Amino acid sequence: MGDKTMTAEEVVSRLASGMTLGIGGWGSRRKPMALVRALLRSGIGDLTVVSCGGPDVGMLAAAGRIRRLVTAFVTLDSIALEPHYRAAREHGDLELMEIDEGMFLSGLRAAAQRLPFLPVRAGVGSDVMRVNPGLRTVTSPYADGETLVAMPPLRLDAALVHVNRADRLGNGQYLGPDPYFDDLFCEAADAAYVSCERIVDTAELTKTAGPRSLLLKRLAVTGVVEAPDGAHFTSCAPEYGRDEEFQRWYAATPWPDFAGRFLGADEAAYRAAVGKWRTEPGR
Amino acid sequence: MRATRAEYCVVACAEVWRGAGEVLASPMGLIPSLGARLARLTFAPDLLLTDGEALLVRPDGTPEGWLPYRQHLELVAGGRRHVMMGASQLDRYGNQNISCVGDWARPRRQLLGVRGAPVNTLNNPTSYWVPRHSRRVFVERVDMVCGVGYDRAAGLGGAARYHRIARVVTDLAVLDFATPDHSMRLVSVHPGVTVRQVREATGFPLTVPADVPPTRDPGAAELRLIREVLDPAGSRTREVPEGAAADGDRHRAEGRA
Repeated sequence: MGDKTMTAEEVVSRLASGMTLGIGGWGSRRKPMALVRALLRSGIGDLTVVSCGGPDVGMLAAAGRIRRLVTAFVTLDSIALEPHYRAAREHGDLELMEIDEGMFLSGLRAAAQRLPFLPVRAGVGSDVMRVNPGLRTVTSPYADGETLVAMPPLRLDAALVHVNRADRLGNGQYLGPDPYFDDLFCEAADAAYVSCERIVDTAELTKTAGPRSLLLKRLAVTGVVEAPDGAHFTSCAPEYGRDEEFQRWYAATPWPDFAGRFLGADEAAYRAAVGKWRTEPGR
Repeated sequence: MRATRAEYCVVACAEVWRGAGEVLASPMGLIPSLGARLARLTFAPDLLLTDGEALLVRPDGTPEGWLPYRQHLELVAGGRRHVMMGASQLDRYGNQNISCVGDWARPRRQLLGVRGAPVNTLNNPTSYWVPRHSRRVFVERVDMVCGVGYDRAAGLGGAARYHRIARVVTDLAVLDFATPDHSMRLVSVHPGVTVRQVREATGFPLTVPADVPPTRDPGAAELRLIREVLDPAGSRTREVPEGAAADGDRHRAEGRA
């Protein structure tokens, strides 16, 4: 059993332009933002990103790193529409595979289970079929003869997720109310990188939380990064809520200004820049 | 107690869940949420409600169950749910768009995305809430079909076996699809609104019965719940303001915008 701890920079050194990346969390909730920031500091681009989109998608799109996005929505939750993603779409800056949420879930499951497709009663009748001409349907072989969408696997080269705790071996624990699809992202990927608020001893994991909080199994995890506040400015319940004031500022600030100010040398520089921002007059 | 337009809307939304039984009410937006909680507190006590994230809660916020995102999608497929979604565009057969306005390949206005509208409409009863009834929303043809309407469902065979669009509630009226071809029909107008106003704010011909009743009045107990328990801060009036006098000019004003 190997020690899988590494830095965010080491994670990024294992990624490459042209890859398909799955990003966990949901909207502006428990996004692996420290890993996304490390990715933004690198030169990696031409990515296919698979995500229940939030500011991860907004930032990578604004920085021109996404060639193709696979999603059902992009939102900042308390701000319904992600402004940087909107701008990218309205300028025609990225390709989009827009699919229904149920199809998205089935696609991750198919990938995790190494299946060629999973049938799903969603998509037929809607324009999801028009804008994804590659999608196929399948007819039930039983008496009902129903026509369903044959959702292909959303197989990933790598997955990035953020949880509350992990041990050095890659066992990951969430302490908030919702696992989202993070375990599926890891299982659907050739390599999964987990950032966490705190790395603890294995025995520590179940001292204060039940076994059902152990979301990620080490057999599906490649690397573990300790990244306190690693989901900032998205939420990481129960440890912190969304930084609404900072998110509003992000949404209202032209991307080059935001990137210039907050994507400095490393995560320590980011935290320092956020600290400085917080003490500015009027805040 | 005289009810406001917003309060008529809350009650009209609540009515969507009358008789729904022990199912999940999934309201999107403020007034549908107030409606679902009002229904739960009055005539639909078996309804289940969420906190907007992963918990099932009583109207007072006490957790009674766990429903993370993934299980929520599975529950949709199981059908024990009636969702009330928003609609940026809606056509006469109930095709709904929340994805984008304009050409999908390069939209004039990127919106939320299809979200779960395709899976919702094929698997559990769906209603829509439109806080501003106008020709911009009620269009001849939607730019991207997210929620599946009756004309498209008709060609789907078994995949449409659970398709049902129950009702559309707006700031002007209540509508449904109870016509032979399942095109939209005016059910009731909120007090102070005329049938002509609704027609003028709708971008396609509506089926209008000879007698269109007013939307039912909120009861005194319902008004008390809305004002004192569910929304004491009065947020509902921000979504549907009073002073509906400008309604008649709405489509003209928006045509200029």
